[in-house]
Amino acid sequence: MSQQDLQTVVSQVRRDIVRMVHAVNSGHPGGSLGCVEFLTTLYFDHMKHDPKAFTMDGKGEDLFFLSNGHISPVMYSILARAEYFDVSEMATFRKLNTRLQGHPTTHEGLEGIRIASGSLGQGMSVAIGAAEAKKLNGDNRLVYTLHGDGELQEGQVWEAAMYAAAKKIDNLISTVDVNAKQIDGSTDEVLAMGSIQAKFDAFGWHVITVAQGNDLSAVKLALNEAAAAAGKGKPVCILLHTEMGNGVDFMMGTHKWHGVAPNDDQLVDALRQNPETLGDY
Amino acid sequence: MKKYTDSGSKDTRSGFGAGLQELGRQNENVVALCADLTGSLKMNAFADENPDRFFQVGIAEANMMGIAAGLTIGGKIPFTGTFANFSTGRVYDQIRQSIAYSGKNVKICASHAGLTLGEDGATHQILEDIGLMKMLPHMVVINTCDYNQTKAATIAIANYDGPVYLRFGRPKVANFTSADAKFEIGKADVLTEGTDVTIIATGHLVWEALQAAEALEATGVSAEVIGMATIKPLDEKAILASASKTGCVVTAEEHNRFGGLGESVAQTLVTNNPVPQEFVAVNDSFGESGTPAQLMEKYGLNADAIVAAAQKVIARK
Repeated sequence: MSQQDLQTVVSQVRRDIVRMVHAVNSGHPGGSLGCVEFLTTLYFDHMKHDPKAFTMDGKGEDLFFLSNGHISPVMYSILARAEYFDVSEMATFRKLNTRLQGHPTTHEGLEGIRIASGSLGQGMSVAIGAAEAKKLNGDNRLVYTLHGDGELQEGQVWEAAMYAAAKKIDNLISTVDVNAKQIDGSTDEVLAMGSIQAKFDAFGWHVITVAQGNDLSAVKLALNEAAAAAGKGKPVCILLHTEMGNGVDFMMGTHKWHGVAPNDDQLVDALRQNPETLGDY
Repeated sequence: MKKYTDSGSKDTRSGFGAGLQELGRQNENVVALCADLTGSLKMNAFADENPDRFFQVGIAEANMMGIAAGLTIGGKIPFTGTFANFSTGRVYDQIRQSIAYSGKNVKICASHAGLTLGEDGATHQILEDIGLMKMLPHMVVINTCDYNQTKAATIAIANYDGPVYLRFGRPKVANFTSADAKFEIGKADVLTEGTDVTIIATGHLVWEALQAAEALEATGVSAEVIGMATIKPLDEKAILASASKTGCVVTAEEHNRFGGLGESVAQTLVTNNPVPQEFVAVNDSFGESGTPAQLMEKYGLNADAIVAAAQKVIARK
């Protein structure tokens, strides 16, 4: 997909995120907005996948697992805009009887979701299992994950990181959204993690750092580089430096929009900054 | 009264190992994971015969549960193996979110459950695992009584699509069920028919219940012993049929009285046919070091304790 077409999706996904969160006055817009360019590129340009014939096993397809499930608004928008389900369903986000639960789940059979996430730190392990199954099945497609940087404080992530390198899970591409923020403040204030790159290096991963994680061309290059590095005996890690709240000026540069919804005036302001391109749900 | 004989004591965990080995030969989708306890779990035969389908994850149980969940995506049927404590309490949230809530077809196989782990003491003797696992929506919970039943159950759960907790133990115990018996999830086994008291037992306590029934028979008391391998879903029909006949119930399990089989049986009785019930179970306590027999004696989990409970409950009728 051309850069221009991807940008068209990006603008609409940002609108979907703020509209969903505003409608129920709950949800997580900040981290969602920071990952729009990444997930748009992944789903609309990079992965081989079949939205209209979703199967749990996804044989012959690339798979994606969202480990930081609280950024469900961006996940739902991407899946709907990719036609896993109808965009109208976004109007049910976080409402009673919805398939678009606060955090993603397989429980209601939502197409595009293969694991529940929300309790942090579990997605990399699950992705490793799916990657092992692909190897057993002779399926050479890849498995992708996304994690928050604060999520790396969970110990299970490092159990998984150790396993993936030791067992040469080289069909796994794990991306960390390095926005340097978490609920209580900056990651450095809450629990400084030192060099994330040095840690993944030391664990034996192939590490790719993207300084401009909200730049579509930079994301595309990184994903291509990651896919090219796959199959060579090492799991691949993309450290994606992003801006939380990207694309909505008053949400940027702060952790305060992690889990706060915009009010009516703020919604108008946010939508003004992101034109309707594909039609609001 | 029907009598049962021990065909030669064996450990239930070896029944698991034998069942897993057979599954490895029968079903290429069966895979196994272990967290550095392959020998203890008797998983070596499967690992040797199927090196590409065996995943040694090291001492990282949380990761193991997540990998198992992921392996189902791609059609695999993962069996995880570690001690019961590390299979449940240590990884409860991983099981809850990635397996149970996500509806993944993972078989959580747990050895060294209960006091009969013995000398290692309370850090390793979980007495809360049945409760933890039965509270998870749609989790099947099975506690097998001997080698033959453990082997049969291991094979049976591969053909059930959904998460299962299979609990077994460390010591050699009487092997008395038929080697040919097929295991049916959710079906109780009426082992002896009786009229005065119903004894519902699970796991290692089933053999003790049979010994208790013989002792009771010698005193003129007719006991109906029900082996309840599946704690969830519970065979309520079998419980109620027996309770309406005998009018009182003893439950027996190697578990805390809170959260175990007895509690589930009590719920069934109280909502359908309230009859007196006595609980043979650990009374809200951790375990400790000792030989299995010493511990079962000290915590009141043997045939003598079941006889005493039966006499008490009959008096309450």
